[in-house]
Amino acid sequence: MWPRLELRAEASQAMRYGAPLIAVLLMLVGGVVVFAALGKNPVEALRVFFVNPVRDLYGVSELLLKATPLMLIATGLAVGYRANVWNIGAEGQFILGAVAATGVALHVPASASAAWALPLMLLAGATGGALWAAIPALLRTRFRTSEILVSLMLVYIAQFFASWLVHGPWKDPQGYNFPQSKLFADNALLPVLYAGTRLNAAFLVALAALSAAYVFMQRSFHGFQMQVIGQAAPAGLYAGFSATHTIWAGLLAGGAMSGIAGMSEVAGPMGQLTGQVSSGYGFAAIIVAFIGRLHPLGIFFASLLMALLYLGGEQAQQYLNLPASISNVFQGMLLFFLLAADLFITYRLRWSLPSFARRAWTQH
Amino acid sequence: MPLAPSAPPPQLALRGIRKVYGSVIANDGIDLAVGRGEIHAVLGENGAGKSTLMKIIYGVTAPSAGTMEWEGASAAVTSPRHARGLGIGMVFQHFALFETLTVVENVALALPGRPDLNDLASRIEAVSRRYGLPTDPRRLVHALSVGERQRVEIIRCLLQNPRLLIMDEPTSVLTPQAVKKLFETLRQLAAEGCSILYISHKLDEIQALCHTATVLRNGRVTGTCVPADETPGSMARLMIGKDLPVCERGAAASGGEVRLAIDGLSKQASDPFGVALQDIHLELRAGEIVGIAGVSGNGQQELLCALSGEAPITSDAPLRVNGVAAGRAGPAARRRLGMGFVPEDRLGRGAVPQMSLAQNALLTAHRANMLRRGLIRSDVVRAFAERCIAAYRVKCSGPDAPANSLSGGNLQKFIVGREILQAPKLLIVSQPTWGVDVGAAAFIRQALIDLRDAGAAVLVVSEELDELFEICDRLAVMAGGRLSPAVPARETSVEKIGVWMSGLWPGAPGFESASVPVNETKVQHVAQA
Repeated sequence: MWPRLELRAEASQAMRYGAPLIAVLLMLVGGVVVFAALGKNPVEALRVFFVNPVRDLYGVSELLLKATPLMLIATGLAVGYRANVWNIGAEGQFILGAVAATGVALHVPASASAAWALPLMLLAGATGGALWAAIPALLRTRFRTSEILVSLMLVYIAQFFASWLVHGPWKDPQGYNFPQSKLFADNALLPVLYAGTRLNAAFLVALAALSAAYVFMQRSFHGFQMQVIGQAAPAGLYAGFSATHTIWAGLLAGGAMSGIAGMSEVAGPMGQLTGQVSSGYGFAAIIVAFIGRLHPLGIFFASLLMALLYLGGEQAQQYLNLPASISNVFQGMLLFFLLAADLFITYRLRWSLPSFARRAWTQH
Repeated sequence: MPLAPSAPPPQLALRGIRKVYGSVIANDGIDLAVGRGEIHAVLGENGAGKSTLMKIIYGVTAPSAGTMEWEGASAAVTSPRHARGLGIGMVFQHFALFETLTVVENVALALPGRPDLNDLASRIEAVSRRYGLPTDPRRLVHALSVGERQRVEIIRCLLQNPRLLIMDEPTSVLTPQAVKKLFETLRQLAAEGCSILYISHKLDEIQALCHTATVLRNGRVTGTCVPADETPGSMARLMIGKDLPVCERGAAASGGEVRLAIDGLSKQASDPFGVALQDIHLELRAGEIVGIAGVSGNGQQELLCALSGEAPITSDAPLRVNGVAAGRAGPAARRRLGMGFVPEDRLGRGAVPQMSLAQNALLTAHRANMLRRGLIRSDVVRAFAERCIAAYRVKCSGPDAPANSLSGGNLQKFIVGREILQAPKLLIVSQPTWGVDVGAAAFIRQALIDLRDAGAAVLVVSEELDELFEICDRLAVMAGGRLSPAVPARETSVEKIGVWMSGLWPGAPGFESASVPVNETKVQHVAQA
């Protein structure tokens, strides 16, 4: 018997939203197998991985802190993804946003008020990210290059650029030769929301961004136009919507939001620019966007889940003697199972004889 | 019908064929028998189950229940290759030819093994001579007309010596003259013993060609008949379950203001297989319907895209919409000038397939008070969609039904309704009833006539001559990227338009040298002088 994929007569709407939950369940099952194979007690390991990080208020605040950049980036990416604009380079736009915000932070006089220093940094971060995303937008609209490849390759340029800055012109003279910038002054640091935690005002920015994205994507005519272009470009052309606008808007939204996320990282938990400013947020946010079904509410919950995977990975390093890459294993499993579950929304698996055997059988 | 013991078994017999797709029953207990050398029509509206039945016979899909007998022996066809091996050939409605390859290369691809191309070319020539299907095997397919491509498809089937040939809506792309040639070929094939299954919804063709007919409605056989003994009306009753609706139209208003003026429109083809538009002139006035006839692929697509604004031209002057020069304007700007447009592709262009009808109303009707400060007023959108569904009798579950859940006819009614409800001063419609069932087609035609009577100008581009003669006040013909002068429909005939469809109208280049009867040519000269 050979497996064969057959198109379903009707795709289940319920499963469109059920698939992410199934993927999470399968990821947990996969986790059991992985932990067992590594010689750990799976139940204990899962507890350390998924429950330990959030057992107290500080843990929850750390979860929200980690989820903040993911929410920001995934929200921006979703605007583009809904319109079939595939910005894969959020990681690079994040770094450029962090760099631009750092540039402002390092030049703001120490006497300046945070009330205008921080908004200026936010604006600089958004602009930096958007400019980096403007490169694939320009190339795509002018020369029809693939925004997937261009935005992805620009990630590496951004990484080396940030690395050059912290090894060179922006290196902290008092930094014991570590590749990092000076620590930001207090007026360039985001205010903490709850004393005793690191959770800062960027979380509120992320919530505001999710609400704004909801209005834009679900209620605004511009969002509707982008969705039409994404789903059926000829229909958009027929109705007179602009495909060029859509590409620009899709990429700039992702770039600006990634840049803001980058700003929130340097002006938040980091307090400075380092060579490793992003812990892969830009790539993890792609998974978040899809797990969240490109919907703001879904993205909110998917960001929390992805943040939990980051924190769980740290716990696994501390208490289970596992390498940091265990987080990536879980991320990979989640994406894999989601894609698989999505496939079965529209297709079903059928077992049948291969065609030559069937022919022999029926002619017999 | 029980056969006498001595009678030979039918070439093909189907018994109780049933096919279920999810919750849809496409075929429900279909019995069908085709004798040797018989031309057997399968008649039915779109969605009656004709295509599914043919796919089962040709092995594209497997039936859910029922049996098939081939030459008296039970057979289950598992694939098209298996079907070809048995001696079943099929010419699809949409051709499957590679445009960048030659005729002989295309034919070779369909044959098993790696045939010698020179040898194959001579076989193609032999078959084309024998059946009156003139074809040059060395030509590239993209240079062939649609009729010639169909010939290639038929030859490709004939080379495998089929004993049953399935023709799926073969005349939808042919000129009336080409249809006559095709019928001669099919009759010759039948006389040589090849059975033919002829799928169509055109009653006159079936009467002219077929020996017997099986009529399908909603997946069931509603009758078998001898078309020669029937009237179009009686067959239509079998097919749609009621009398054929007719359109009512009064005389055209005359002297209305000019709503669309095309004055010397020329445009290079944007892709290598496209058609260049050459010096097109047309004037369309309020209160009239002008039809553009022609075999598809003669520049209609290019003209429609230039008119709709999806492919604007490089200067404003040659195109005036409601008196405003608009050659470079995009679709949105032209809509603001009072133009509406119904494209021929419903799913993916006229409507977004996965979006709801309400969202698809928003697609082009958003100027109808549907927006407030950039935000969508979903109550207004829904109300518009509901009005459209009610007024145009769109069968669906409501404004939330996705566009791709509707049948072709119902979606077309929705799209036409959406455009008309915006009260356009000028409506351009491409293939208004393509793949639409008879009832919906009559409804749509009537809606266009009503729009004209309300004072709008309507331009209809269609391949269906009957349709154009039914609704149009004036007719023009498109051939080779040129447009003939528009003549009053009452003063012309199907035959004359058929000749024009080959590009031969008075004043057309090559008109004098063409093989038009001498006296007719003389008459035209006199008329021009």
